[in-house]
Amino acid sequence: MSNSKHKNILVKTVGIVALMTVFVFAMVPLYNVFCEITGINGKVLVSKELYESVKVDTSRKVKVELITSINRGMPWDFSTDTKTLEVYPGKLYEVSFYAKNKSKSTITGQAVPSVAPSQASFYVSKTECFCFDQQTLLAGEEINMPMKFYIDPDLPDSVHTVTMSYALFNATSKDSTAALGQ
Amino acid sequence: MAHDHHPTGIKRWLFTTNHKDIGSMYLWFSFIMFLIGGAMALGIRTELFQPGLQFFDPNTFNSLTTLHGLIMVFGAVMPAFVGLANWLIPMQIGAPDMALPRMNNFSFWILPFAFTLLLLSLVPQLFPDGAPNFGWTFYAPLSTKYGPASTDFFIFGVHLMGISSIMGAINVIVTVFNMRAPGMTLMKMPMFVWTWVITAFLLIMVMPVLAGAVTMMLTDRHFGTSFFDAAGGGDPVMFQHIFWFFGHPEVYIMILPAFGIASHIIPTFSRKPLFGYASMVYATASIAFLSFLVWAHHMFTVGMPVAGELYFMIATMIIAVPTGVKIFNWVATMWKGSITFETPMLFALAFVILFTLGGVSGVMLAMTPVDKQYHDTYFVVAHFHYVLFPGAIFGTIAAVYYWLPKWTGNMFNETLSKIHFWLSIISVNITFFPMHFSGLAGMQRRVPDYNMMFEGFNQLSSIGAFMLGFSQLLFMYIVINCIRGGQGKATDNVWDGAEGLEFTHLPSPAPYHSFEKAPEVK
Repeated sequence: MSNSKHKNILVKTVGIVALMTVFVFAMVPLYNVFCEITGINGKVLVSKELYESVKVDTSRKVKVELITSINRGMPWDFSTDTKTLEVYPGKLYEVSFYAKNKSKSTITGQAVPSVAPSQASFYVSKTECFCFDQQTLLAGEEINMPMKFYIDPDLPDSVHTVTMSYALFNATSKDSTAALGQ
Repeated sequence: MAHDHHPTGIKRWLFTTNHKDIGSMYLWFSFIMFLIGGAMALGIRTELFQPGLQFFDPNTFNSLTTLHGLIMVFGAVMPAFVGLANWLIPMQIGAPDMALPRMNNFSFWILPFAFTLLLLSLVPQLFPDGAPNFGWTFYAPLSTKYGPASTDFFIFGVHLMGISSIMGAINVIVTVFNMRAPGMTLMKMPMFVWTWVITAFLLIMVMPVLAGAVTMMLTDRHFGTSFFDAAGGGDPVMFQHIFWFFGHPEVYIMILPAFGIASHIIPTFSRKPLFGYASMVYATASIAFLSFLVWAHHMFTVGMPVAGELYFMIATMIIAVPTGVKIFNWVATMWKGSITFETPMLFALAFVILFTLGGVSGVMLAMTPVDKQYHDTYFVVAHFHYVLFPGAIFGTIAAVYYWLPKWTGNMFNETLSKIHFWLSIISVNITFFPMHFSGLAGMQRRVPDYNMMFEGFNQLSSIGAFMLGFSQLLFMYIVINCIRGGQGKATDNVWDGAEGLEFTHLPSPAPYHSFEKAPEVK
C-alpha cells in the first residue's frame, strides 16, 4: 500500500480538524453578531439614537418597567426611583438612575442593558444612557445618571409591557485592582 | 511465520503496532474505566437509597455524578468502540493491519495519561476543594468562575482524550479508504465498517469543537478572557451552544457503531441476509448529518424564541425517521428467519428493544412544552441511560460475545453467558425503568436528597444498580475463562450462518497479521 495514498487522506482529515478548530473560535463573534441582528437574548445594540420628527402615538400607552441588578462582588448601590412608568410610543422620557461606590477604592462600573420581551428590543431607542460608557467612581462617591429613551411607535400592538433591565458589572481591570491592594 | 517475531512482556504492549494488540488494550482499558465509573454510579445509588444525606456531602455527590458521566462517556464507551474498530476493521475489509500503526499505538497510550489526570482530581491532598463538581456537561460559569482548582486537570485530560479520539478516527478513515481488498466497493463494506467510518467523520468534526470549548474555559479561568463571562461581555449561554454542538453528534458517536454490530449479529442468527443494506447505509449517514442541526434541543429552557423552539423540535423528531428505518430493517431481517438465541443474539435483541424504548422517550423529550416539564428530572436520566446502557454497552457486550471465539479461538461458557444476559437485562430494567416515574413526578437529577414520596422508586433503582454492576464481574470472568481455553476450540466459521471475511477467510483464532495477501471479494 503506497504511503502517498495514506498521506493524501491524512492531510485532508487533518485539514477538517483544523477547519473545525477555526470554526469553533469563529463561532464566538458570529454568535454575538447573530444575537444583535435578531435581538434574541434581549441583547441590543447600545448605540445612540437621534430623536427627530418621531410622531407621538397618543392612542395607546405602554407600560415600561425598569430593573436594576448588581453582579456578585460589585460593591456598589445601584437603583432607580422610577420602577414603572406608562409611556406614549414616540414620546421622549427621562429617568434617572442612582449609583454609589460603597467600597474604599476607585471602581469602574459598566451597566449591560437587556430588553424583554426580545421582540421589543428593536423598538427601544435611547438618546442618552449611562450604559453607553463606563462610570468610574471614587471611594464613597455617588452619582445620578440620566437615561433618555422613547418607544418606537412601530412597536407591535401585542406588546403591552416592556422591561428594561440593567445589570451592573465591575469593569475595573484586574491589574489596577491588584495595584490598589484589593 | 517468518515475521511473527515481536517483543514479549511489557515491551510488546508498550511498542506494539499490531491492530489486535492495540484493540485488546483499548478493550481492557475501557473495561477498567467501566468498573471505575460503575463504582461511582454505585456510590450515587447508595446515597440515593434513602432520602436525606447519609454517605456523601453534596459536593462529593456532585463530583461523583460528574466523574461517572465523564468516565463512562470518554473512558468506557468511546475506547470500547475504538477497540472493536481496531480488532475488526482490518479483518472485515481484508487488510493486514491498520493504515497508520504507529499513530494507533500513540493514540492508545495517550488515554491512560488523560484519565490519570482526570482521576487525580479525586486526591484530596492535591485538591482540597474537591474534584470537578459541575456535571459532565461542565456548563459555564459553574466550570469557569466557580470551578474547583482540579478543573484545570480536567481540561487537560479532555484535550488529551480529544487528541486520542481524533487520531483514532483518522486512522479508521485512512484504513477504510485505502486498504480495502480488491473488489470490496464502498457499497459492499460490512455495516460495522460503514457505521464506524461515519462515526470517524463525526469525531474529526466535533472533537475540535470540544477542544475549543475547554480551551476557552481555560483562558476564561486564567488568562483574563471573558468568552463565557457576562461581566466582560461574554455569554454563558454561548457555552451551552458550543458544548451541545459537540454534544449531540457525540451521542451518535456513542451509538452508531452499536448499530453496525446489531446489523451483523441479527442476520447471522436469523440465517438471512441483512434486510435493506443500502437503506441502512443511507439511514446511518442521515442520522450523522442531522445530528449537527439539532443541538439546541438540550437547552429549550434557556429562553429561546418560539421559532427556534419549533425548528429544533421538528428537526429532532425528523431523526426518528432514519432511526425507525434501521429498527424496521432489523425486524424485517428476523422476519421468517430460522432464529436461534445464542448469547450474542440475546444481547442484540435486547439492544433493539430497549434502545427503541429509550428512543421513544427521546421523542417525548423533543417536544418543547413537554421538555420544559421534564428538563433536569430523572426522566432525562432514564432516557439517556436506556440508550446508553442497553444501547451502547449491550451492543459492545454483544460484539464481544459474537467475535470472542474468533479472537481467542475458544468458545466461551454458554450457560454462564446466558446467566449474565438474564441478570443484566432484568437488573438494567429494575435500575432505570423506575426513573421514568420518579422523573415524571418531579424528582430532580444531580441532587443528593429527594422528597420522601420518591423513596420506593429509588430503592428499586439502587437494588437494580447493584445487581447490574456485580453481574458485569461475571462477564469479566467469562471473557478471561474463554481466553484461557473456555469450552474448547471454536470452528473457523464459529457461528452457523456467520458471514464476512473474518469468518469465511480466516482461521480461529485469527492470525497475528490478518491478511498477508488480500482476499478477492466478489
